[in-house]
Amino acid sequence: MTTLQPPAAAKRRPDRPPAKRDRRSWTGWGFIGPFVAVFALVFLAPIVYSIYLSLFRDQLIGGTTFVGLDNYTQALKDEQFWDSLARVALFLAVQVPIMLGIALLIALALDSGRLYGKDFFRIVIFLPYAVPAVVATLMWGFMYGTKYGLVGDINSAFDVTLPDPLSSDLVLASIGNIVTWEFIGYNMLIFYSALRVIPSSLYEAAEIDGAGQFRVISAIKLPAIRGALVIATIFSIIGSFQLFNEPAILRPLARNAITTDFTPNFYTYSLSFNGQQHNYSAAVAIIMGLITMVIAYVVQLRGMRKGA
Amino acid sequence: MRRTTRRLMRGLAVLSVLALGATACGGSDDDSSGQKPVSADDIQAALKKGGSVTVWAWEPTLKSVAADFQKKYPKVKINLVGERSGDKHYTALSNAISAKKGVPDVAQVEYFAMSQYALTKGLSDLTPFGADKLKSKYTPGPWNAVSEGKATYGLPMDSGPMALFYNKKVFDKYKIAVPTTWDEYVEAARKLHEADPKVFIAADAGDAGLTTSLLWQAGSRPYKVDGTKVSINFDDAGAKKYTATWQKLIDEKLVAPINGWTDDWYKGLGDGTIATLPSGAWMPANFETGVKNASGDWRAAPMPAWTKGDKASTENGGSALTVPALGKNKELAYAFVEYANSGDGVATRIKEGAFPATTAELQDNAFLNKEFPYFGGQKANEIFAESAANVASDWSYLPFQQYANSIFNDTVGKAYIGDTKLSAGLKSWQDASIKYGKEQGFTVD
Repeated sequence: MTTLQPPAAAKRRPDRPPAKRDRRSWTGWGFIGPFVAVFALVFLAPIVYSIYLSLFRDQLIGGTTFVGLDNYTQALKDEQFWDSLARVALFLAVQVPIMLGIALLIALALDSGRLYGKDFFRIVIFLPYAVPAVVATLMWGFMYGTKYGLVGDINSAFDVTLPDPLSSDLVLASIGNIVTWEFIGYNMLIFYSALRVIPSSLYEAAEIDGAGQFRVISAIKLPAIRGALVIATIFSIIGSFQLFNEPAILRPLARNAITTDFTPNFYTYSLSFNGQQHNYSAAVAIIMGLITMVIAYVVQLRGMRKGA
Repeated sequence: MRRTTRRLMRGLAVLSVLALGATACGGSDDDSSGQKPVSADDIQAALKKGGSVTVWAWEPTLKSVAADFQKKYPKVKINLVGERSGDKHYTALSNAISAKKGVPDVAQVEYFAMSQYALTKGLSDLTPFGADKLKSKYTPGPWNAVSEGKATYGLPMDSGPMALFYNKKVFDKYKIAVPTTWDEYVEAARKLHEADPKVFIAADAGDAGLTTSLLWQAGSRPYKVDGTKVSINFDDAGAKKYTATWQKLIDEKLVAPINGWTDDWYKGLGDGTIATLPSGAWMPANFETGVKNASGDWRAAPMPAWTKGDKASTENGGSALTVPALGKNKELAYAFVEYANSGDGVATRIKEGAFPATTAELQDNAFLNKEFPYFGGQKANEIFAESAANVASDWSYLPFQQYANSIFNDTVGKAYIGDTKLSAGLKSWQDASIKYGKEQGFTVD
């Protein structure tokens, strides 16, 4: 901080009357004011409003009453909520490592400089991320169709019976497949850009020491992009916990497999919009937000512990 | 010169802000004055003055009705918003009502959902507009669904006495008789599926509307409603009849796991892989617009009976046009509702395949003798009218049926994917509905 202060300003300060200092502190507010206003309006206000909502209960018979923390105690005992949380936790445990692993492999491959058509490859891998999630899910939903979709076409062309990707056993995996397809490119780009800023002198030193490619990866590249790995993991954790688009869009095709409490987000949506239980839904959403925050924070602490 | 214009502009701006404020206040005043009687003259005056009416309805025949209405009252503009149906429609409507914003002036509401909206004061009572005087025009079933005590929450648009629509071409091809009982239906399903594994007797991946209708026909009365006292019980003789039969269809994979109103469903109805469709009498209009390519293949037959010779029929769907309490232009909205469901609109809608809820039309020979080109010239209305006359009595839906239906697939749906039996599915639907009812302040047992 002190090094940023121009020396001239420091010298002149004693000459100025104290009133001027006051105005100077207001100038600062003037600069961050627009941000604070927007932040308060679109960030803090909704959270405060949700907390406010979560303290009431609105019934079809009896109207709105203040219930304190009742909604929270109810949510903590709500099996449907915990089931949905378990489902996304399973999703997180399986899908995120696969997605990040593939993204990392591709990033390392692109960075190795041994690939022909690197730029083309990079853009093609990234392209699915540019497709809006809704469109992507609709497209995959069509491909998953066992009757008139791609799976159905394969079945009739080769006279086989592939398992139905939208059956209750497979639907979570099918959604994982869509999400992996969508986000490999995005994560690859994070890793790749982190790899690009590693100074080449390190590689030269490694070469002089006689390190092979794998040694370079494990001793230089991976430690150097640790921060990027942690960030991508945190984004993926948040993304998994917030899973909503894919189940919501696939649901008309698989109503029995994708229940209205399939993911925590979808459960809050159903509570709010099918059951008109806005207050309870707000409580569930806040609990879910807290859980996500805690897990993301733990990952960040552990991930960064040895980091710079 | 310049300065004066600027001052003028400033004055205008202030004035328009004030005007905005005034109209906003005016808007909220309207809500409280809803109970004053509105005379026919008031409505005529409103029609002369003109304005616009936003209508949320998926009923296909309303397009022509809206066009005719605008021709008759050139100053009125009808904005028909019709792409939503089912769950999505009610979600949007409930959202708009609880947000007190973007509420349509007229909304289509199915009979099963009427009491929920009436109970939460989402709909205007149309009695002050004179709707109660139209009671004698309608058949009793639909009228009961739209009225509660002295209040009238909508005008019946259509009714849904059920019939069995079947693809005659498919039945003829495999020389199978059209089933008259549900046992024969299962038999026919087996034969059809054996003759061609691609052909299913019906598409059913779990549909709350169909299940409740079939329970209704089988004599089950799971819901008993008395004001805010509700009881839910799926463990009666009628329900057992239904689960025994339908479980066979599911276990032997004789029904196609296709959800209604999806692309696959329309394709299946068109290409003969879905051989029958038990549905309401409002279905022909949807056949004509949605399954054009199968014109001439389909016919209507009476619903199969649960015991041979039993004529009991049931209803599926059927809806009313309502005027949401927070809608604007209520006079115009009511005028449109009356035109569409009691006035000239009825004839237009019948011409396009709708099934009315008005007695005069139902008993009219021209109506009964109408030949449906889509059904190969069959006089299908005779079958529907017969069904309407035999609808079993005393059925009622839950005052939160819309919510109950939204969790149908979470519970009963599990039976369709083999995770549980239908009877167990119904039991968990019952439990979940009871839980919700209690949470919402109903007395449930």
